[in-house]
Amino acid sequence: METRRRRPLPWLNPGILVGAMAPAVTILMRARSGALGANPIAEALNELGLIALVLLIASLACTPLKTLTGWTWPMRARRLIGLLAFTYAALHLTVYAGLDQGLDLRAVLADVVKRRFIFVGFAAFVMMIPLALTSTGASVRRMGYVKWKQLHLLVYPAALCAVIHFVWRVKKDLREPLVYATILGALLLVRVIAARRRSRPAAATSGPNA
Amino acid sequence: MGYRRQADMADQGSNRPKDEVTPEALFRRRREFLKDSLLFTATSVGVGLGLTSLLGGGRSEPPPSETVADAEASRLDVARRGALGTTEAQTPYGDVTTYNNFYEFGVDKDEPARRARAFRTRPWTVTIDGEVAQPQIVDVDQLRRWFPLEERVYRMRCVEAWSMVIPWVGFPLADLLKRVEPTARARYVALTTLLDPQQMPEQKGRVLDWPYVEGLRLDEAMHPLTLIALGLYGRVLPRQNGAPLRLVVPWKYDFKVIKSIVHIRLTADQPRTTWSAAAPAEYGFFANVNPAVDHPRWSQASERRIGELARRPTLPFNGYADQVAGLYAGMDLRRFF
Repeated sequence: METRRRRPLPWLNPGILVGAMAPAVTILMRARSGALGANPIAEALNELGLIALVLLIASLACTPLKTLTGWTWPMRARRLIGLLAFTYAALHLTVYAGLDQGLDLRAVLADVVKRRFIFVGFAAFVMMIPLALTSTGASVRRMGYVKWKQLHLLVYPAALCAVIHFVWRVKKDLREPLVYATILGALLLVRVIAARRRSRPAAATSGPNA
Repeated sequence: MGYRRQADMADQGSNRPKDEVTPEALFRRRREFLKDSLLFTATSVGVGLGLTSLLGGGRSEPPPSETVADAEASRLDVARRGALGTTEAQTPYGDVTTYNNFYEFGVDKDEPARRARAFRTRPWTVTIDGEVAQPQIVDVDQLRRWFPLEERVYRMRCVEAWSMVIPWVGFPLADLLKRVEPTARARYVALTTLLDPQQMPEQKGRVLDWPYVEGLRLDEAMHPLTLIALGLYGRVLPRQNGAPLRLVVPWKYDFKVIKSIVHIRLTADQPRTTWSAAAPAEYGFFANVNPAVDHPRWSQASERRIGELARRPTLPFNGYADQVAGLYAGMDLRRFF
């Protein structure tokens, strides 16, 4: 009776979930106290977007981290981090459309169509929607792993669009967005190298037989 | 009492009843629970601190509280008030002095207020030369003696689609230019900010091509709305707002209104100005506020007045069309944005 299998690392996801609420709570508290500065809507908008980007990149870092270290815990946190990224992206979009543009949907639509930086940001969000909707184990079973996996490749263009959204948004100082672009590039590189290593021995054994 | 204690002590002996011993499994579960709780706390605190450390400060700390003597010392003698100004609600002093674009002190808006605190604004001279009959080097305090100061409450519209209303204290640039007697060849005015990377930390980087240069056509510079400001809110100009002297041109986007000026040069040709050279498709030489011409990355049709929630429509020439539209008669304002 005492030998029931314990769910591994039961503290991991609850810890991440609670910790990841801190930025939203902090922003809300600073908004109430006036500590967001003279232009609180712009500040909240930028901060929510930054957290969404960081979480999205963090969710993409899980697999390379496992590849490099052999740890398995990052894979247990990957789905939650991805969902948190989507949550912050949704908050970011809500503040933009609701507070910044005052729910003037025509102005929002005009922005999305006319401004390339808003277009790519919106594209990143749209690509994340099906990923969030199919994030459950049941979805994997329903779709079949191969199809599910193919759909979830969308996370790469989504992250790329999110970084480009940041790069195109800044007026002149590209240092900060380029930090995230570099991290994203490094994470993709790890995956490419790992994929090549996996395929090379396979090619070597299958080659003579073919 | 004594009896009970004796019984308690007896319990701790070897003949403690078996059912008071924590079963090993339960003991393990408790240890596990404790360990899990600690790891949960560590994870949530770590993730929370990590993510919140990415958030900006927003508002920089307010400047050290002024003594009465300081406030008195910084008060300017204003000879005239109310001319050519707006009666709209003024943006609070705290917002005007903590939300600044002054790239020499950092690209974030809260940085100038923090990083310009030790900026030396005296002694300070301004060189005026080029196409003038009376080139000279003037001390900034001399300017105060030459020209009576007046207060002008102007709208200020940033190219980033936010705006303020600021009570500036200064004198018309035209008064200064007349004094140095522009020659017949003078058609433009180029103004330059101090170049001093020791004091202006961002000048060590390459965000912009330093020093910052801005320019006006001579007729724009001579327009009665165009000011050299030495103060705001009746006080000496704060460092983060461009002390000791700056340009104010209320119908243009505010990247035109150069701060901490050391050089005013009159020229025959249009000067190369910093932002229009850095991104010519985004920032024109004229940079007149125009709701009909969008910035490539955002609409200029509306703006957020600092302190207000809803956006308000942006007015042509920032609401000064009556006074200045004539300067651009016959010009294609889409081309010369």
